[in-house]
Amino acid sequence: MKTNTVTIIKKEFARFFGDRQMLFTTVIMPGLLIYIIYSLMGSGIQKMATEGQDEVVVVKVENLPESLAPTLCALDSGIVVVEQAFGEEEVAQLEDNDVNAVLLRFPADFDGLATTYDPQSGSAVPNVEMYYNSTNNAAMRVYMAVSSMLNNYGRPFTVNVPQSEGECYDQASDESIGAMVWGKLLPMLIIMMLFSGVMSIAPSSIAGEKERGTIATLLVTPMRRDELALGKIVSLSGIALLSGVSSFIGIALSLPRMVPDSGTLAFHYGTSDYVVLLLVIFATVLIMASAVSLLSALAKDVKNAGTMVTPFMLVVMLAGLMPMFQNDLPTGIGTYLIPFYNSIEVMTAVFSHEMQWMPVAVTVASNVVYTGVAVWGLTRMFNSEKIMFSR
Amino acid sequence: MEEIMCAEELSKTFTLSRKQQKIEGTRVRRKTAVDHLTFSAYRGEIFGLLGPNGAGKTTTLRMLATLIRPDSGDAVVDGSSIVSDPEGVRAKIGFLTSELKLEDFFTPNYLFDFFSRLHHVDDATAAERKERMFKRFGIDRFAEVKVANLSTGMKQKLSLVISLVHDPEIVIFDEPTNGLDVLTARTVTDYLQELRAEGKTIILSTHIFSLVERLCDRVGVVIDGRMVACGTLAEVCDGMTMEDRFFEIYKEVKGSDAE
Repeated sequence: MKTNTVTIIKKEFARFFGDRQMLFTTVIMPGLLIYIIYSLMGSGIQKMATEGQDEVVVVKVENLPESLAPTLCALDSGIVVVEQAFGEEEVAQLEDNDVNAVLLRFPADFDGLATTYDPQSGSAVPNVEMYYNSTNNAAMRVYMAVSSMLNNYGRPFTVNVPQSEGECYDQASDESIGAMVWGKLLPMLIIMMLFSGVMSIAPSSIAGEKERGTIATLLVTPMRRDELALGKIVSLSGIALLSGVSSFIGIALSLPRMVPDSGTLAFHYGTSDYVVLLLVIFATVLIMASAVSLLSALAKDVKNAGTMVTPFMLVVMLAGLMPMFQNDLPTGIGTYLIPFYNSIEVMTAVFSHEMQWMPVAVTVASNVVYTGVAVWGLTRMFNSEKIMFSR
Repeated sequence: MEEIMCAEELSKTFTLSRKQQKIEGTRVRRKTAVDHLTFSAYRGEIFGLLGPNGAGKTTTLRMLATLIRPDSGDAVVDGSSIVSDPEGVRAKIGFLTSELKLEDFFTPNYLFDFFSRLHHVDDATAAERKERMFKRFGIDRFAEVKVANLSTGMKQKLSLVISLVHDPEIVIFDEPTNGLDVLTARTVTDYLQELRAEGKTIILSTHIFSLVERLCDRVGVVIDGRMVACGTLAEVCDGMTMEDRFFEIYKEVKGSDAE
């Protein structure tokens, strides 16, 4: 790299690392805030989930079908199943939320009805009644467990089908469930964090220098404009990357605390996954810093840069949200030439354990090429008196 | 006398915004700021561009400093063309104008080193030069104070020092005493004379007659972007004061409009 470019990078770093407030708000605060907020949310969720865990709940069941009896008894160690008919009085008692009880009423000969029930016949569907008080945490816990049992069992009249559904569900491993959740959630979070990192420094570094008149002082030195452009983009990318890494660490450390079932959602990723992720993140941040730098160079001042970047930010966010809402997005090799979308796709693939090297290579290479184009564009802007000196 | 800078037929036009057209009462979209300007500067002299506001002096100096490109014409600065070798020109000149600012966040010490590196001045020379210049302008006591906390005068002196980190042969100075307090203005004009004594060439723009008389060896009078008189101070003044001579020239050029 040219000496002048290195000098510019050093200056940008000196500016950034010398400003404790900026360093704190850009690098330390995002990760710390995410960690604190997510952890607090996590402990709240954990508390809700564990409250009433140890309390015993009486489940009064009327007409308990034989097929369900063993499952219900084994459902929760805190359940005491009592086969007993109940009436209005017992139901009314549930209004007192200190009563740890759930009432279940099956129709007589539920198993028989469910087996013989023909949906085409038009006759009444066998109905299971369940009474509980949702403000009692222990009762709520049992209600959810029983609901889940009934759901897994399918509708009461289709006893034969749910068995196979249940098997299907069991086949999903913890790893793949985690992969699916991370694959949809993390790319968007990473993109957002990187973008906020870029936004906190790029407009001030380029539009700000224009506004303050300090860019002109640089432009009268013998340094070539492309050296200045490259220096700016590389240093901004580096700083934004630090900000992104900070946020990422915050997320990675706090998510297991936020999601109670950390076993299912634990990270199951190897070194190559992390290497690819870092490569893609760096390629993404390069192009992000390039795009925001170009817009900032066009802007008259920092405020104007913020306004100009907003629509662009929305488009990038949209790209980040796509995997969350759509499963069958086009994935031809050509799609990896689309900036941002390619990064999201590759990150989603990494988190979903579906990573292939070709898309990674195309994504990184195309982003580097686009950054080269942006350096060229920024150089032209630095050369343009209209853009640099117009007010 | 060795010619160190030669401007040939320099021209520059700007596009007027609709608002600006209204203010100036014209329907013409293009305004000529500099109109085929030709002049030379010689080694070891102070050359002054004299003219009223809006005459095109600053635009000319900005073209010489390669901040903007001429529409036509060229200037050769110590062997480098402003059109084909702008980097070469920038390496040879020191340019100072009030529009060039220094980052508030940094200290004079850091900025001197930073700009020295951009000009590829070796560390030992830069250190020696920094010590000498900082002492000369009294910046040494504020070397580690952020620019934001310096007084206006000190900031201006620092800007001057920074523009000269590479000890250029040619110094281009736009309105050197504009906005300066009397003490700083005196320091600056004294320093320009020192530079001339060292054999440096100084090209400055001004609208202050006394400054021309006190400093300049040669002067070019610019009105409406055109060079209407150019020569030694004695040649241009023709036995009159600079002020009287200027208004005489102005009347000749503008005719009855000048009244």
